[in-house]
Amino acid sequence: MKESLSLVQRFSAHPDSRCWFVSWSPNGTLLASCGGDKAVRIWGREGDSWVCKTVLQDGHQRTVRKVAWSPCGNYLASASFDATTCIWKKKNDDFESLTVLEGHENEVKCVAWAPSGNLLATCSRDKSVWVWEVDEEDEYECVTVVNSHTQDVKHVVWHPNQELLASASYDNNICVYKEEDDDWECRATLQGHTSTVWSLCFDATGQRLASCSDDRTVKIWKDYSNESGQVELPWKCVCTLSGYHGRTVYDIAWCRLTGALVTACGDDAVRVFKEDETASPDEPVFSLAAQVTKAHSQDVNCVAWNPKEAGLLASCSDDGEIAIWRFQEEH
Amino acid sequence: MSGGARLENANPVIFQRSGERLLTASEEDEDVHDPIDDREIFDLIRSINDPEHPLSLEELNVVEQVRVKVDDAGSTVGVEFTPTIPHCSMATLIGLSIKVKLLRSLPDRFKIDVHISPGTHASEEAVNKQLADKERVAAALENSSLLEVVNQCLSSRTM
Repeated sequence: MKESLSLVQRFSAHPDSRCWFVSWSPNGTLLASCGGDKAVRIWGREGDSWVCKTVLQDGHQRTVRKVAWSPCGNYLASASFDATTCIWKKKNDDFESLTVLEGHENEVKCVAWAPSGNLLATCSRDKSVWVWEVDEEDEYECVTVVNSHTQDVKHVVWHPNQELLASASYDNNICVYKEEDDDWECRATLQGHTSTVWSLCFDATGQRLASCSDDRTVKIWKDYSNESGQVELPWKCVCTLSGYHGRTVYDIAWCRLTGALVTACGDDAVRVFKEDETASPDEPVFSLAAQVTKAHSQDVNCVAWNPKEAGLLASCSDDGEIAIWRFQEEH
Repeated sequence: MSGGARLENANPVIFQRSGERLLTASEEDEDVHDPIDDREIFDLIRSINDPEHPLSLEELNVVEQVRVKVDDAGSTVGVEFTPTIPHCSMATLIGLSIKVKLLRSLPDRFKIDVHISPGTHASEEAVNKQLADKERVAAALENSSLLEVVNQCLSSRTM
């Protein structure tokens, strides 16, 4: 069996700027991107090519760092260096600004919607993680501010089916939070990376978490908490992928359909790893299945698997471009 | 010192500036590809102004050609700089100025790493980590007052 990663299309998304992040809509038909030009762009497929459907401007005064779709696909959240998070509501083919979430002291680095759609998490250089509750009238209320990191918080991600939140930080650690009497508390601190942790991703079941770092490694963490939750260290690192990445690993995505792991690296490459299914679950083995060493002309900032079409992948870069790839396993 | 802010290092040692680069015949030949070399990078950064003194980074020996490493084929540039004193609070600003100068001057394909010369600063690791974090560098450069200070360091001085 031989795997390959082939280019489907490449287009300039944020010209003369960097494209920081891309995110697929839950049904896989739209791709949202954001960048240093302070804009969010929505891309859709027309025939064989991807075209810009809408540009969301004037929402932010500074770089838009991340975008996130609500699980229903009707809302989009954008996190910006201007210390705010904008919520956009889809109206036919357009988006209108619904509300602006303020409170962080400085750059908001990430925003993520819980699977229920009722909770939203944001994190910032101000070292805090905020959890917001959304009611039926589209009102947003901050329910908790957690200060478990000692530095800049780079990324937040929700568990796929539980109300469990994880964050990655410049302090080299990962924190996992759970709600306790209406308050969100850090339940586990995952230590192991030797530099900034840039991104995190759960697998389809949520039993494992993949992290990527400035230390040029990827780590796989497994949840060992039992029913009662009485475990000293619920998350253990069961695998470290080192030696593959030439510079900082900025993003990682775990395909919910195929189980393939993909990384975005500062060495301009996109790499796909496949798990050896015969290995023990306590000692998983991942091997490099395919890579494109010059996937972009500059740092690759983000990678995202399409949630519906297995093997369809989007990546974006400091060169302002988005590339769409197809990962195929040839038999 | 009368009035004014107190300088951290009031009496720095001043070093001689190096001469102009001597051009070779092949460098003047437009048809020959000249790889970017250490001296070319050094020429870009040696005239950066020190934030504190009316002197260049070269005159303060903060940058030296031997601490510049270029790999043109591999598209990497590494620069080590040496703060004049180990507690210099300007180290991050100096490093940021060097990084910005190179980002603005070099082709986009280059990966630029700016570090403190090992063992020459009390907060070496923290400063290096900050300079390597492109997200923090990008955010810092959107801060207009900080950008103004960096631009002052990069402006050409009237001799």
